[in-house]
Amino acid sequence: MLKVEEIHTYYDHIHALKGVSLEIREGEIVCLIGSNGAGKSTTLMTISGVLHPARGRVLFDGQDIAHRPADRIVGLGICQVPEGRRILPRLSVADNLEMGAFLRRDREGIRQDLEKVYELFPVLAERRRQQGGTLSGGEQQMLAIGRALMGRPRLLLLDEPSLGLAPIVVEKIFGIIQQINRDGTTILLVEQNANLALGVSDRAYVLETGRVTLSGPSRELAHDERVRKAYLGEQ
Amino acid sequence: MRKELVKFAVVMLWAFGLLFPMLGAQIGFETFTFEWSRLVRVMGFVAVAYGALAAQRAVSAHRKRGHRDPGPGLAERVPPLWGWGILAAVALAFPWFADNYARDVAINVLIYVALGLGLNIVVGLAGLLDLGYIAFYAVGAYTYALLNTHFGVPFWLALPIGCVISAGAGAFIGYPTLKMRGDYLAIVTLGFGEIIRIVLNNWDRVTEGPNGILGIKAPGLYYPKLTEAGLTLGHVYLKNLTCLYYIALVIAVVTIIGVYRLDHSRVGRAWVSIREDETAAELTGIDTLRMKLLAYMLGAIFAGLAGAFYAAKVRYVNPSSFVFLESALVLCIVVLGGMGSIPGIILAAAAIIVLPEVFRDLELYRMLAFGGAMTLMMVYRPEGLIPARRRRLELHAREAFAEEEGNA
Repeated sequence: MLKVEEIHTYYDHIHALKGVSLEIREGEIVCLIGSNGAGKSTTLMTISGVLHPARGRVLFDGQDIAHRPADRIVGLGICQVPEGRRILPRLSVADNLEMGAFLRRDREGIRQDLEKVYELFPVLAERRRQQGGTLSGGEQQMLAIGRALMGRPRLLLLDEPSLGLAPIVVEKIFGIIQQINRDGTTILLVEQNANLALGVSDRAYVLETGRVTLSGPSRELAHDERVRKAYLGEQ
Repeated sequence: MRKELVKFAVVMLWAFGLLFPMLGAQIGFETFTFEWSRLVRVMGFVAVAYGALAAQRAVSAHRKRGHRDPGPGLAERVPPLWGWGILAAVALAFPWFADNYARDVAINVLIYVALGLGLNIVVGLAGLLDLGYIAFYAVGAYTYALLNTHFGVPFWLALPIGCVISAGAGAFIGYPTLKMRGDYLAIVTLGFGEIIRIVLNNWDRVTEGPNGILGIKAPGLYYPKLTEAGLTLGHVYLKNLTCLYYIALVIAVVTIIGVYRLDHSRVGRAWVSIREDETAAELTGIDTLRMKLLAYMLGAIFAGLAGAFYAAKVRYVNPSSFVFLESALVLCIVVLGGMGSIPGIILAAAAIIVLPEVFRDLELYRMLAFGGAMTLMMVYRPEGLIPARRRRLELHAREAFAEEEGNA
């Protein structure tokens, strides 16, 4: 479904991605783990078209989308839940969700998806008139995921959904992520919490200073000695 | 108590420093005179004002045990339809009850309503701080002035042409600034505003430089006329202020409706989203560059409309009408009225144009009073006179949240 081939992305003169390649097949949950500054978010932003690679290709259904603008990529069905959630704090929950469907014109479909999101996150329905910024961290994360779902994505990119949340909330959110996947959405998940990410994903890539250093089925990586030492906190 | 006294002393010292130039100090040949009585009066006034403020603060702090409800805004108290109906009736009847001077001031108010609402698109909705907005007003005015004096193009035809050229100027200036944010954007727009004024000032062969362009015709009106030759078209120039007032009213109303429709459209929501978080907007599929450019162009169109009318009304344009102070004034209208709030901006335009007229006797202190009023506004009502609902939520988020919690 998505194939990233040898992308190099720069921030001005900083060479952030030095030839990253990955592949995501329809229906999978793939996770990208790595420490701070490894290039995980940069990879997602490059796929989303907020950043553009200097070299390399991003193939979605076989088309190269590496140089398309971000709004066109959303239109193709790749939606991102950005790191730090980035909800619109001064708009209501309902308005935030509606913004997620900005590109869509099918009113009926939007209404149905809104209902689905409220079903998935009942707390958002309760708070639909409240300002986004007044929600708790976990609720904001749910709102951010809900907003991305309103774009009816085929591929959902999640950047650090566990960031700054209590373990019990994280557990709940990861449960929902798995459910979204079961309902037919392919997921690329970026996480610092490797334990968690390897637990829910089918396959994983390990990113270190802008390069993929390891990849394979999550279950195998979870038992890999290097991964256990570097990311799972084993001595 | 001691703390209070120290605070009082600091305030008095500060006020003394601030007001010193007005306290009657005079320097002559080897002399330095000072009007002590004036010093005493002014500082006494400051002391009393401060005392009253402190007392009020103490009282409200004492009362604050309970929940302080800011109360419904003006906009919520007046039923909207009623309010608009009354406003429309007053606006329509106005010139029949006013003298020429009042009509002239009213026309200015209407021009500034259009300008304020146009800038509101850029600043209030899209969140792009534009300090050179008056440049588009100048473009509209000069477009009509040049087309009319050189090619005899009538007002009504020049109006759409002026809009197109202003929109072009908006795109032209907007395009290079699209990737800038915040302070940088403000500086660049300030620069572009000045560039347009300086070009008008120095491009003698086209704009007549600082002399300006004379002999612009007023808007005309065609009417069917029966003469010996059969049915022909008669033509009059609408020079009298009542007619001009109605034209200005139409322009203001068109602007109000246009901005209202934009605010409540998909594009309006995209702008708000960009204002809130540009990256998030991009990730929800908003073409941020195009939307920002659109904001500039639409804002410029309304300024161009107002500008062409201004040239037709005054029948003379010169670059000194388009200085930075004018941009600042329009920005004041937007901020004072409440960013994004249409009724607020109408009220603010009226206040900012009418008040200086009322206080003409205090000519010398006009700007001082103006600055003071703006400062007080920002302290006591940062959301503007009639805040937009969204905006009020923004600035009183905590109270709104408390309310929400209370209801839950």
